Amino acid sequence: MDRPITLITGSRKGIGKYLVQHYVYQGHLVIGCSRNEPDWSLDGYEHYQVDVSDENTVRAMFTSIKKKHGRLDHLINNAGIASMNHFMLTPVSTVNKIFNTNVIGTFLFCREAAKLMQKRRYGRIVNFTTVAAPLKLEGESIYAASKAAVISFTEVIARELSPYDITVNSIGPTPIETDLIRSVPKEKLAALINRQAIKRYGTVEDVANVVDFFLKEESSFITGQTLFLGGV
Amino acid sequence: MREKISNIVMTAIKEFNTTYEQHIPIELGDETPLFGKKGVLDSLGLVSLIVMIEQVLEDELDVSLILADEKATSQKTSPFLKIGFLVDYIYRLMEEEISVWTDQ
Repeated sequence: MDRPITLITGSRKGIGKYLVQHYVYQGHLVIGCSRNEPDWSLDGYEHYQVDVSDENTVRAMFTSIKKKHGRLDHLINNAGIASMNHFMLTPVSTVNKIFNTNVIGTFLFCREAAKLMQKRRYGRIVNFTTVAAPLKLEGESIYAASKAAVISFTEVIARELSPYDITVNSIGPTPIETDLIRSVPKEKLAALINRQAIKRYGTVEDVANVVDFFLKEESSFITGQTLFLGGV
Repeated sequence: MREKISNIVMTAIKEFNTTYEQHIPIELGDETPLFGKKGVLDSLGLVSLIVMIEQVLEDELDVSLILADEKATSQKTSPFLKIGFLVDYIYRLMEEEISVWTDQ
């Protein structure tokens, strides 16, 4: 296989940034995107400033990738946002924002990536869901619903893309100490972690380990699956 | 422009014929049946062909079209029945695209 080309959304910080470094060090050409420019750079890494839910800019980004590299091997749909609130107090603008990034963004990137991947009859797509969905966390109704949508979407497109030898799987991380959970009260997080079989915060290395597994060429018989961390 | 689009569709079909097991008999030209009772494509074949045509259109003409949206399925005659209908449909879409650009 030529140098793998790996696209990671939401790559400016947190898990996305870690995954960029992880795959650049493994020799991949890594392409990333985020709404804002990163304050760092890395050899073997290309960045696009893109809102993942904006169809026109996403398509323009894929056109550029196609012209420049001609192919894409891996897509890691990491970009996501969360908001914690009782659903009776949640404004529809928050619902739109969360669904736009978590669902529409995942859909757009899967669609455009699959178009590039199908030609070569090879591809690995990894979507991001959350333990908030199976744990039915109070205060996370919209976030959990958006990520439950990602699970269903993953399961269905895994079947639609199997004739092209493209696999699609999801990872469901537990809380990891990133910006995403910064505003969640400590006691809420402790209660959540207490519901895991393994009672600790997740780490970016835990996430990378699962993504590595889904991306492996040998994982060609694994598709439509969601793997939750921490024993949820 | 129609001829240009026709050539693009033929290029995509040739690529399709070398990539997939289904074979579209392009020697029939515009009358070549694609999808439907007389067509040679199953639904997955049609999806693959549409994706290929969209990509060649983007490469050759620098336009980004969605060929299989509600508009396509609501046409009285499906644009996917035969090559000629598909070329005509793309031609109409292109004209609309150009008028949108001109209006801006």
